[in-house]
Amino acid sequence: MTPPIEKPAIETPAIETPAIETVDLTKSFGAFTTTDHVNFRLEPGARHALIGPNGAGKTTFVNLVSGALAPSSGVIRMLGDDITTLPQPRRVKRGLVRTFQINQLFRRLTVLENVTLAIAEREGVADNIWRPSGQHRAVIDEAYGLLDDVDLGAEAMRPVTDLAYGRQRMLEIAVALAMKPKVLLLDEPAAGVPTGDVGRIIETIDRLPQDIAILLIEHDMEIVFRFARRITVLVEGRILIEGAPDVIADDPVVRKVYLGERGHT
Amino acid sequence: MMKTSEQISAPTATDVERSALISKFARRHRLNWYEALPWLAIVGVFFIFPDYLALGAQVLITIIFALSVDLVLGYAGIVTLGQAAFFGTGAYTAGVLAANGWGEPISGLIVGGVMAGLIGVVSGMLILRTHGLTQLMQTLVVAALLYEFANKAHHITGGADGLQGMAVWKVLGLFKFDLFGRVAYIYAAVVLFVCWLAVRTMVHSAFGRSLTGIRENVTRMQAVGAPVARRKLIVYTISAVLAGVAGAALAQTTQFVGLNTLGLERSGAILVMLIIGGVGRLYGAFIGVPLYMVAQDRFATIDPVYWYFWIGLSMVLLVLFARGGVLALMERIGERMGRTP
Repeated sequence: MTPPIEKPAIETPAIETPAIETVDLTKSFGAFTTTDHVNFRLEPGARHALIGPNGAGKTTFVNLVSGALAPSSGVIRMLGDDITTLPQPRRVKRGLVRTFQINQLFRRLTVLENVTLAIAEREGVADNIWRPSGQHRAVIDEAYGLLDDVDLGAEAMRPVTDLAYGRQRMLEIAVALAMKPKVLLLDEPAAGVPTGDVGRIIETIDRLPQDIAILLIEHDMEIVFRFARRITVLVEGRILIEGAPDVIADDPVVRKVYLGERGHT
Repeated sequence: MMKTSEQISAPTATDVERSALISKFARRHRLNWYEALPWLAIVGVFFIFPDYLALGAQVLITIIFALSVDLVLGYAGIVTLGQAAFFGTGAYTAGVLAANGWGEPISGLIVGGVMAGLIGVVSGMLILRTHGLTQLMQTLVVAALLYEFANKAHHITGGADGLQGMAVWKVLGLFKFDLFGRVAYIYAAVVLFVCWLAVRTMVHSAFGRSLTGIRENVTRMQAVGAPVARRKLIVYTISAVLAGVAGAALAQTTQFVGLNTLGLERSGAILVMLIIGGVGRLYGAFIGVPLYMVAQDRFATIDPVYWYFWIGLSMVLLVLFARGGVLALMERIGERMGRTP
């Protein structure tokens, strides 16, 4: 008799290590607490949205997770590793990448250069002090390919300032993708984009590889409900409720503090 | 799903156009014809103005100094008012060596550069933690401290009287620094060439491009995982080495070191010279320094009392009509001529 083959992983759905996990994450500026004991999980491959009224601390949360800000207390884990004190560049190297609510691009440089600089960092060639940058051809080719994917190939040689704002938002996403993220924090990718161009942004986000865990911060509820399979509502630095989109949409408290409030403005 | 590079279809007209663009982008580091102009001018001056070679050597050395400033200010975006700290360190190092029995010039240059680099890396670790005005003040403080140190250490530096008794040996054991500045001029030109080659290579490297990224948008560089603090410290140190080499070369060619090599005026004037030429363009130094120094020389001859006034007036006009320096002005004129055939 041969012993039966063990297959525990399939039979009992083990809890997967979250892509990002925060434990009692807190950030205070003096007496003002912007992030208040937030316990949050971003599952692998997640399509998760973080919503909340203005000043709820959404961007602060992104700044804490990405490493731009140091928390006052609490723990941040990425794929099980404690990254609470890890500096931002090291988090990026692990694949924790963010975009910004307000474009952070090299405005005077070309579109292509914006992406090549990111890839050069990822590949570690940016420390090379003697070899001409143009000789890192693989970097340039990859950058061009990436720009094609987001339909910016034709504008590769133009300076960023020549691009319409909606196109610049696409570039902001392209630069983040150039880092080959495992976890992607999208901070209001459609902010300031004219309505006609929002579709392009949504399309791009929809097409992102499924294995990237994505946390989307967004004000536009149409985008949120189209994108998210899970939604967390943040109010005054605290998690008010978390759940599937239909649960959130029907929750009376959420309607009152957030969705309803939007109706008045 | 996303398109991968293997799936690129058969070449079309746009593909050909694109590969042309990529090659152009990839060949930015290739030499342009106009990059030969400074060197033709430097060779030309040697033959055309044999009576001005002593001044010429000083101009060439100051160009090295300006290159060191362009590297930190123009490429990495670090504003400094204390670059003379490194220039003076190099000058005193080479000077003290030559006054104490070691007058070999090339090793003097290297030791001068290394000493300045050491000051650069140590002060950089403190200065580069800060930003904006605080940083500017700290660069000033480092230069002021060294100035006071050189002033007080009279037995080594000669203090306010300057360092006397330097004996610089023949270059390569063959060429003696002469009274007409012929050897000094060639020596300075060769040192400048080596420094220029190093800086040019650096700014065209991936490292150099990342410095431009840091200058253009630090937040973005951090978000793509660049070790910004380390890069800044590296470039600050390299810049200090260059400034030290320039200082050492000045000490050797003039056989004298004074406190003014560490002075605030030198740090300020070099900024002015670089701004006249154009910042962050590599060749701004080659234009701004000769313009300023020749103008200074001429004004001082024509109007020995008020020559500084004329320098000041020229600066006001330049800021009003040629913002971005001479190179930017030439670029604009070039564009205009290109548009109207």
